[in-house]
Amino acid sequence: MKEKFIKVLIFTSGFITILLFVVIIAYILINGIPVISFEFLFANTLNSGREGGILPMILSSIYILILTAIFSIPIGVGIAIYMTQYCKNILLIKFIRFISRCLASIPSIIYGLFGFTFIVLFLRLGWSIFSASLVLSLMAIPTIFQVSEVTLNNIPLNLIESSLGLGATRLQTIISVIIPIAIPGITTGIILALTRAFSEAAAVMYVVGSTFQIPLSIFDTGRPLPLHLYILASEGISFENAYGTATVLIFIVLFITISTNYFVNRYQRRIKYEIKS
Amino acid sequence: MNEAIVEKGLFLLSIFSILIFLLIIIFIILESFPAFQHIGISNILFGINWAPDNGFYGILPMILGSIIVTVFALLIAIPLSIGCAIYIEEFSQNHIKTLFKPIIQTLAGIPSIVYGFFGLMVLVPISRDFFGGSGFTILVASMVLAIMILPTIISLSQDAINSVPSEYVESSLALGSTHIQTIKNIILPKASLKITTAIILAMGRAIGETLAIIMVAGNVAEIPTSILSPVRTLTSNIALEMGYAIDIHYNSLFATAVVLFSIIMVLMIISNVIEHKWGC
Amino acid sequence: MKLKVKNFNVKINNKDILNNININFKKNSIHALIGPSGCGKSTFLKSINRMNDLIDKFTFDGNIFLDDKNIYDIDEVSLRKKVGMVFQKATPFPKSIFENVAYGLRIHGIKDKKFINKKVKESLKASALWDEVKDKLNSSALNLSGGQQQRLCIARTIAVNPDVILMDEPCSALDPISTFKIEDLIQKLKRKYTIVLVTHNMQQAKRVSDFTSFFLNGHVIESGKTNQIFLNPKKEKTESYISGRFG
Repeated sequence: MKEKFIKVLIFTSGFITILLFVVIIAYILINGIPVISFEFLFANTLNSGREGGILPMILSSIYILILTAIFSIPIGVGIAIYMTQYCKNILLIKFIRFISRCLASIPSIIYGLFGFTFIVLFLRLGWSIFSASLVLSLMAIPTIFQVSEVTLNNIPLNLIESSLGLGATRLQTIISVIIPIAIPGITTGIILALTRAFSEAAAVMYVVGSTFQIPLSIFDTGRPLPLHLYILASEGISFENAYGTATVLIFIVLFITISTNYFVNRYQRRIKYEIKS
Repeated sequence: MNEAIVEKGLFLLSIFSILIFLLIIIFIILESFPAFQHIGISNILFGINWAPDNGFYGILPMILGSIIVTVFALLIAIPLSIGCAIYIEEFSQNHIKTLFKPIIQTLAGIPSIVYGFFGLMVLVPISRDFFGGSGFTILVASMVLAIMILPTIISLSQDAINSVPSEYVESSLALGSTHIQTIKNIILPKASLKITTAIILAMGRAIGETLAIIMVAGNVAEIPTSILSPVRTLTSNIALEMGYAIDIHYNSLFATAVVLFSIIMVLMIISNVIEHKWGC
Repeated sequence: MKLKVKNFNVKINNKDILNNININFKKNSIHALIGPSGCGKSTFLKSINRMNDLIDKFTFDGNIFLDDKNIYDIDEVSLRKKVGMVFQKATPFPKSIFENVAYGLRIHGIKDKKFINKKVKESLKASALWDEVKDKLNSSALNLSGGQQQRLCIARTIAVNPDVILMDEPCSALDPISTFKIEDLIQKLKRKYTIVLVTHNMQQAKRVSDFTSFFLNGHVIESGKTNQIFLNPKKEKTESYISGRFG
């Protein structure tokens, strides 16, 4: 009797959670898909977002995503490689681990505050897509580092020793043995960090400038999609276009997750090595 | 030769990450300093009035607001997400299980602002119709936060349940325990440490969420009296006023950030202690 | 003598691991190192190609000479080129069969395609794997069976032309048939190489080796011709061990 009750409870919580997300996503999509048209995706924004399309926001978001990837991936993975392959100072390793956990859990608004006062004002870099990408990179690096570190630590030591035993240097071993095996795990971390950067609005709202011209260079001001959605909805500018923007956001996140999952799986089948990350 | 350069470069990169962390802390503390100096630490921490125009900078309502909203969000999210994780890991078939992974990943990747927007368009009107008032309430804010942190707790709890060695589970079943008994007596206790750290992580993210909350919480800077009161959190306080704050008002927003930062650090230390005490 | 070890001591984390080791390894012979787990034979093996340098808090004194040259006077990359190593568990890289064998050549800067092709073929033949894999050189090395993977690792090692091959229990993870093939291969390899073989399996030591050293608690108890060690041990401890009374 009691067993049955617990079982029912588990099934209901599973069911409610799934239902909840189905309802939310369906609700957004049902209201948003009718808004999406060629014009909505590829036209300039008019009248503060009441009319026209969201091309400037899509471009801002893409710029930000690419720049953040360029800044954060080499640094995050680089630190992880140093910590796992070169560093012998256990204290330093522990310290960096702790710090990256702290950095990963600092609220995004604090990054925004820091970005505004330090990067925009103090360093005089001004409001721009470039400044926003710097702030988002600071947020992405700890996550990329953490996931990469776990992946690299799980590579069997014998495999590394085999390469060194053949007379390879550390660097050769890292490039031709360690990284190929670690790519799937590291990619998962990168995607996690970059989707978060892509979804972020609070950290960039006072850094990116929040204008709606089409950004022609990375030093122009811009307005990424999540921020646009926030402004449209919270200022009551256009709920209709807010639904459209939300739908585009969902589709992009969906696309990123599915495509990377696909490629990671395919890669993993090819190299036949699975390292837990 | 080449190798030494790479090693040095990577070392500098690591030191750089430590410096960035220090830079953020130092910068925020420096900027908040004038506020603490002129207004006084206790007037900021325990003042119940926030009226920058009249020189009142008490952030107690926001501290309480953040805590209350987060606690309610966890009350909603913990049972649902752990139940859901158990359901996926223990009761669903394999092909469904593999389907869930990318779904949960996607849900975790959906911008929190989308969930806030859903709250604004759907939950706020419902709350207004049922309970009267504006509809911008602690209840709705907590629900939005709960939705937002569900995927995180679910996927981390799944990992936790998965990492329980199958020998434990099998030997429990072999002794004649039922599936439910095994879950209750073997799996959950074994996974509880990891689930706890998952919850702390989610708690940090809930406290740190900003814009999704602003959209549904009403943002009145008063100590809330019921679950249907509007609420302003620490993060909202910063985001709402950063655009136009100057002088001591500007510094008081940094003071808010310092408080927020301290709360997060306390959570981090707690989770570190838990891991070192009970973890392996 | 190919390898000479003189008064060699190792400490890890300030704990004595090896004490006053003195062994000579004859050219083109198979020298087995036997002894119970934790006796230091694997640490000793890894000292020969300086793999222990990777360990934090590893200290040593004494000397090891390769062709009368102190191994610490040779840079570690050229040392490891001369002293190859095969591990207990096969460790193929996640690359094709061909690329696994070519790996050592490529990292040493060889670009000549013809030469690499020739060398890969030779090495696979020398490790008795060629006939089994010649039609699928481009498929992943991880598709091979455990025994094949181990022979691939041997091929990979001999492709870089070592003088000495260190083998750390190369058969302990394999079935009897694969073990037989590898033992057979080891016998053939000694014509060209000097082989140091760490093994748990005393029958194996007896079957394949020319010389045997018995390790216990970081000391070499006895060292000599395999026949003498097994048939006529001089020390009581050696006799107890080979007759299975401890370890």
